[in-house]
Amino acid sequence: MNAGRPFAFHAGQAVPRRSVPALAFDEFREFAVGGVENGARLVALFGLPAAGDATQLLAILARDGEGLLTAATTEVGASYRSLTPDCPQAHWFEREIAEQSGVRPEGHPWLKPVRFHRPHCAARDAWSRPATLASKGFSVLGEGALIQALRPEAEGPECITSPAPNPQEKDRNVDPREETLRVPSLRGAPSPKTEKPDVGGMLPGVTDFFRVEGEEVHEVAVGPVHAGVIEPGHFRFQCHGERVFHLEISLGYQHRGIERALAGGPAARTMHYVETAAGDTTIGHASACCQALEALSGCSVPARAEAIRAIGLELERLANHTGDLGALAGDVGYLPTQSFCGRLRGDFLNMTALLCGNRFGRGLVRPGGAGFDLEPARAAELSARLDATMKDVAGAVGLLWETPSVLARFEDTGAVPRSTAEDLGLVGVAARGCGIERDARFDFPSGIYRLAQIPVSTWSSGDVFARAWVRWLEIQRSADFIREQLRSLPGGALRTECRTLAPESLVVSLVEGWRGEVCHAVLTDRRGHFERYKVVDPSFRNWMGLAMALRDQQISDFPLCNKSFNLSYCGHDL
Amino acid sequence: MLKELAERLSQGHRTMAYPKGEAVLPDRFRGRPAIDFAKCPDGCDACRAACPVGAISTVGGKPALDMGRCLFCGDCAVACKQGALGFTREHRLAAWSRDDLVIRDGAPAPQGPADPEKLAIFRRSLKLRQVSAGGCNACEADINVLTTVGFDLGRFGIQIVASPRHADGLAVTGPVPENMRLALEKTYRALPPPRVVIAIGACAIAGGPFAGHAEVHNGAGDIVPVDLWIPGCPPHPLTILDGFLRVVGSQA
Repeated sequence: MNAGRPFAFHAGQAVPRRSVPALAFDEFREFAVGGVENGARLVALFGLPAAGDATQLLAILARDGEGLLTAATTEVGASYRSLTPDCPQAHWFEREIAEQSGVRPEGHPWLKPVRFHRPHCAARDAWSRPATLASKGFSVLGEGALIQALRPEAEGPECITSPAPNPQEKDRNVDPREETLRVPSLRGAPSPKTEKPDVGGMLPGVTDFFRVEGEEVHEVAVGPVHAGVIEPGHFRFQCHGERVFHLEISLGYQHRGIERALAGGPAARTMHYVETAAGDTTIGHASACCQALEALSGCSVPARAEAIRAIGLELERLANHTGDLGALAGDVGYLPTQSFCGRLRGDFLNMTALLCGNRFGRGLVRPGGAGFDLEPARAAELSARLDATMKDVAGAVGLLWETPSVLARFEDTGAVPRSTAEDLGLVGVAARGCGIERDARFDFPSGIYRLAQIPVSTWSSGDVFARAWVRWLEIQRSADFIREQLRSLPGGALRTECRTLAPESLVVSLVEGWRGEVCHAVLTDRRGHFERYKVVDPSFRNWMGLAMALRDQQISDFPLCNKSFNLSYCGHDL
Repeated sequence: MLKELAERLSQGHRTMAYPKGEAVLPDRFRGRPAIDFAKCPDGCDACRAACPVGAISTVGGKPALDMGRCLFCGDCAVACKQGALGFTREHRLAAWSRDDLVIRDGAPAPQGPADPEKLAIFRRSLKLRQVSAGGCNACEADINVLTTVGFDLGRFGIQIVASPRHADGLAVTGPVPENMRLALEKTYRALPPPRVVIAIGACAIAGGPFAGHAEVHNGAGDIVPVDLWIPGCPPHPLTILDGFLRVVGSQA
């Protein structure tokens, strides 16, 4: 934090944009890098168009212990000095900034696109790719103004048609055991060999990947389409025999242009965009969006609606955690728990459908309150179903902890050291499985969580077992929480009206979705419309954690490690 | 081993009786929309104005609702002050013809499959390859759930397989982002003909909430020839199962 200009605010609090300190770049860099060194966490870092050719960068830090957020902005031109060498938490955000805003973070150790799409401002591309590469140009939609439209129209595209040089050396032939050391670390000075990856054209996954070369070293490429009913993504493993030296994950196949379309809102589709940003986190994202809208419009949500939303959020957690424990059992070949949990997950989804008619909670969370009421008879039905299902979940999951062959596969597999989790800023189950007490319901409580706390569940071993065990602890605590809410459901109204949004304001909402912290950062323009709507799904911060978990593991353990994170492709790709 | 057996006894037999038994659906379930056209006053377009995705148009002064675009959010029913538009609890929504998804005044009876001979080979055994092309993991989850003990897809001779080379058909979810177009095309071409293509969910049928975005195609039909359309956002698992059963011929 810059000592001269302290500025702190709460999650879910709308603040005037002018109150966010506008710093010189070096001060801004120190604000972020120094802040993280002092224990704060980077929850969002993104760009938006500023006057002329400039791009405004906005960094938002969370001070978990104090429950406060800090923020600062700066203006940069076509490039700036990357934060990542001194602050690994910035690595994925800076790749996103390069892709969305066309600004180059110079010195970034591995600057590649994260989603493979055209920049929001067509005039500038961080990799100097020709503007004609995209097979479909951006078109103006009926609603949701383009960020592009906010730009002055004067300048034309500055396109350099020659591709970036490929710096990859092909003639290395060294002992693979030495090569593990060469896999670039995110911390410290970047290796010159990996400074400028060739990002090719606009095809997803067509780019340079880390390579390990040497005798008996091989590369395994998987995806985008996988073997089950799963979303697409591309995985590159660098292996020596069964041992994985490095996994690189390349996403973007699911990119639907959600952030671009949200700009200019709120509009008729706003809630539908956030509900489908990651469809299995419908309630998490819808809650984050509504909290932002409610803060900006100064509308106060009735306590009854807050309780119903929280019940929905915890049911979402119950369904997904139960499903994940079943899938983990399946990945170690333990079929009883797999088949029990497959059915039990559906029972939780049906409880959400009892609330709102949709198994994923579509329409349950709406600005100003809840879309559906929970009458006494329905609450009693929900309570009875919860008790019956929880009895079966306890039996099904309990088998895992009593079966040595399951525990032997869970323990010491895919371990992430706590220091790595802290360096990368992991969130959710992945962070808590490394012993980090990080839970937005506790650190940044909103809605009914301000009154009814859920203990933070942690385990310190950082392996598949820890991520499974934390899920089981959370299942029990979520069920207790729902029972408590059902017993003391507040009376009163279900929904209040949200009027116009405050102009020139910033709000950051943090909601602990089942995967981890969902962050929505919204900036309004002079008319009170969204100038920039930033969505940070927990997966955005955790995919790199999965890559780290695979180091020195058997490649055959990838499905197990992957399922223990169970990250979202569409939530990342937006 | 004894603990597993005891737990199995405790959990009991959980496969539903459907399709012979009743379809168990929540009371707030929003299934096939129904419009009482006689109640629609001239010049009223409240439902059309309320739809976030343009699923409702006005034809000859009467509304026409395209279930293929519909997110089943229910905003139109709330906006209809005449009580003319509502959502029934009918879960069987699949159609062989894209036009049959449009609910309008004087709509003809739904068509059968365009190529019944092609489908004959899939009776009693249907192996499907699933491609998520921009799906949000809701459609995917409700396809996956069909393989659990509750639905037990295998008892109908239907199976989700891990390679297009093993598959008779392609089940597509999502609006098909440009970034997934090539992968979808390649998967389709890898299926040995005759092959059936099923578009599942509003996104795969017409782009869903992302219809019109430059980053996506408006559904699977823009890329591959679709045989069967299963609407919903996401479709209920029973809606999807009903669609699959039409392909194997055990549901009309």
